[in-house]
Amino acid sequence: MAAIYSLYIINKSGGLIFYKDYGSAGRMDTNDSLRVASLWHSMHAISQQLSPVAGCSGIELLEADTFDLHCFQSLTGTKFFVVCEPGTQQMEALLKVIYELYTDYVLKNPFYEIEMPIRCELFDFNLSQTVQKDCVALLGR
Amino acid sequence: MAPVAPRSGDAIFASVERVNAELFTLTYGAIVRQLLTDLEEVEEVNKQLDQMGYNIGIRLIDEFLAKSNVARCVDFKETAEVIAKVGFKMFLGVTASVSNWDADGTCCSIVLEDNPLVDFVELPDTCQGLYYCNVLSGVIRGALEMVSMKTEVTWVRDMLRGDDAFELQVKLLKQVPEEYPYKDDE
Repeated sequence: MAAIYSLYIINKSGGLIFYKDYGSAGRMDTNDSLRVASLWHSMHAISQQLSPVAGCSGIELLEADTFDLHCFQSLTGTKFFVVCEPGTQQMEALLKVIYELYTDYVLKNPFYEIEMPIRCELFDFNLSQTVQKDCVALLGR
Repeated sequence: MAPVAPRSGDAIFASVERVNAELFTLTYGAIVRQLLTDLEEVEEVNKQLDQMGYNIGIRLIDEFLAKSNVARCVDFKETAEVIAKVGFKMFLGVTASVSNWDADGTCCSIVLEDNPLVDFVELPDTCQGLYYCNVLSGVIRGALEMVSMKTEVTWVRDMLRGDDAFELQVKLLKQVPEEYPYKDDE
């Protein structure tokens, strides 16, 4: 079974540009995933303002009873977040790898318009390989 | 703690995939040549190269951030250093230097002694107004705009015009704050 439930990418204005779920848990329809994305975008922005820490860059990890949510925001404002089984390790590293895949296979695709939903086969392919590798590594321990 | 920003792009340059330098130089030459044929006016070509650079820059910045692991720069001085030392090294394989700071630290020069784009290039008399490497100024402008800095980038010295180096003047026009307040009552 997969430890990662789903992956979201949201652009800097809060629109969901990529959503993928893995496995059966926490599966959502299109409307719900859009709702989660825009909710997270606003919560992230609010957390930045409310944080007592100076220069806070927003929530990085949300822990709940049934899932963990790890978020990574690039300096350009694009947010990547994964929802996974509680206690899953090394999600920050995975998000960094996904960011690199995004720069390689999405932004370098001349037919991709920036800020628009991602429909790039090469990205899908490399992403699923990365996630699979990650799951194998997790199961191996 | 945040990872320490690399002071030079050597390690990254060694780890990313590279293409043959001559292929790169010749491809760029072919693009400029084709633009001259299509647009006829040298001024138009300059504008088009800048626009192409801008379009590259707004995408390239993410690759730069993803692969270089630089953290947020504290001020524009650091930004300029990172562009010259890490950015140029990572994408062009050369290192630039930063000089000529003005008093309030918003305007500086990035000087390139070595520029792989211009190997083999001689400007003919008909193209004297051409900024052959104008794509570079566009790239910097586009990339900085994505990290909320509006800049103006102009060529000061150009070896193809008989100067002794390539010098780009980068001027910070304004820093757009990233916060969301977008006041409701306005």
